[in-house]
Amino acid sequence: MRPDLDIVAGLVGSGQRVLDLGCGDGALLENLINEWDCSGLGVERELDDFHACIARGVPVTQGDLEDELPRFAAGDFDVAVLSLTLQAVRRPDRVLTEMKRVAPRLVVSLPNFAHWKLRATLALRGRMPVTDSLPHQWFDTPNIHLCTIGDFEDLARELGLKIDRRILIDASGHRTRGLASRAPNLLAERAVYSLMA
Amino acid sequence: MPDGVGVVETKRAVVFEGDRPLTLASGATLPEVEVAYETYGELNADRSNAVFICHALSGDAHAAGLHEGDDPSRPGWWDNIVGPGRPLDTDRFFVISANVLGGCKGSTGPSSTDPSTGKPYGLRFPLVQVRDLVEVHRALLRELGIETLLAAVGGSLGGMQALQWAIDHPTEVGGAAIIAASARLSAQNIAFSAVAREAIMRDPDFAGGDYYGNDRRPDPGLALARMIGHITYLSEESMREKFGRRIQDAEVPRYGFDVDFQVESYLHYQGQSFVERFDANTYLYMGRTMDYFDPFEDPVRVQNQISQGETSFLVISFDSDWRFSTEHARVMASELRGAGAPVTFQEISSPHGHDSFLFADPPEYHRTVAGFLDRLAGQRGIGARA
Repeated sequence: MRPDLDIVAGLVGSGQRVLDLGCGDGALLENLINEWDCSGLGVERELDDFHACIARGVPVTQGDLEDELPRFAAGDFDVAVLSLTLQAVRRPDRVLTEMKRVAPRLVVSLPNFAHWKLRATLALRGRMPVTDSLPHQWFDTPNIHLCTIGDFEDLARELGLKIDRRILIDASGHRTRGLASRAPNLLAERAVYSLMA
Repeated sequence: MPDGVGVVETKRAVVFEGDRPLTLASGATLPEVEVAYETYGELNADRSNAVFICHALSGDAHAAGLHEGDDPSRPGWWDNIVGPGRPLDTDRFFVISANVLGGCKGSTGPSSTDPSTGKPYGLRFPLVQVRDLVEVHRALLRELGIETLLAAVGGSLGGMQALQWAIDHPTEVGGAAIIAASARLSAQNIAFSAVAREAIMRDPDFAGGDYYGNDRRPDPGLALARMIGHITYLSEESMREKFGRRIQDAEVPRYGFDVDFQVESYLHYQGQSFVERFDANTYLYMGRTMDYFDPFEDPVRVQNQISQGETSFLVISFDSDWRFSTEHARVMASELRGAGAPVTFQEISSPHGHDSFLFADPPEYHRTVAGFLDRLAGQRGIGARA
């Protein structure tokens, strides 16, 4: 499993009812179900990923997470997970609000658009940055709502979400050590949050 | 279909008789129950590879292959999903298909002889519930020496049976694939069912259900019921594509009350061919079985039941199905999840309406069913698809 998913799993914890939005091939949910005694449901739009979930035995609904989210009842889950997907949804604010409705706790990871490498590319080359965390060109990227760590924390506050924990990670998905915590918005490539409704 | 299951035959087994009558969920009893069934593939040594096909309202045991002398272009009703390498892969699975209790294709039903009178039951046959259909299937499995199913699979009323089976006997069902089904008929569904029932019962030749020895049967009523049903099985789009407003055997309309449009001719054909192969009383009974189906009536019981097993659920709907729309499937998936069950759900885009479950296209449909069964097989050490 990708190392950043290990960090997400750690934040989810054991014995939780988990909703994984944009669950991809189901690796995180499989881990949570088998190793952490969680029960779970994934939502995935891409057919190949949906079938990968079936092959793993991970329960999944095939569909667009922004269409599916409103169909769940309040409190259906303990934790709603959105892993590296917030930047690809049509309305991140509504998605977070809906997540908050269906689960009291949220785990959200995102690429930080204010990382110094990205700032440098934009400032010095005048081009949209392409990095390991954000590998697409501006014209074919699914990432339509990129934000910074600062932006996300502002929005979380505005939506009444309390930041419980924040873990900074690098492009390879490992925990960032040292200086990054002093100036995360400049030095962290990604962040994983645990938020309370 | 040269690469299907080949020539098959329908077998029969008496599963209740003598001092072991069948007691129905209603409390009524049937002294003797016979089941018509077919099997495809081989049961493995540890008896872990059985897949049960539950059929829909007008189905029968002949799901796949050909009967001796059959036209090769007309195999069993679900042949496209059963066979070597097909989703219900007979190279690896032992597939069982049985006619339901109350049916008219070899299993005990209203056209069977009532041993207490020596005459066909007619309307003296007790009303049966989906649970009763399942109990008879289980009795057949006991005859075959099978204790657990890898999966129960079915479309429409068949899906209802798979659902009920998994709820009533959670430790006996590895996976339930519930396709184009509903856990509770809507008022509109019941309304259509009521019109079909009236069409049969108001036919002057219905004779209170005792028409079996008569010269005339309630054929017009049954044909009309089937025509009504058939309208609900197709989508508006598929009707438009198949028939549009074209005129049958002519370029210009004849302007009259006889059959003129192609769609009318098609419906008449469907009605006529149906009466040749189906019993009006069975149509009444199965309609009522569906009307009263409500497996989540007691959600606490369902939760208790589900928690005792490890059944995986697959729920599939089709976007053009307006008989059991995707909303039916979503409600079912949500109720199952509420009871603690793991449920995979997919709405598949298909033009064929409610009948989509009978088609092999779009390929996405069979891909999902195959993937679901392969996962269950893998868990039980049954080999991979060749």
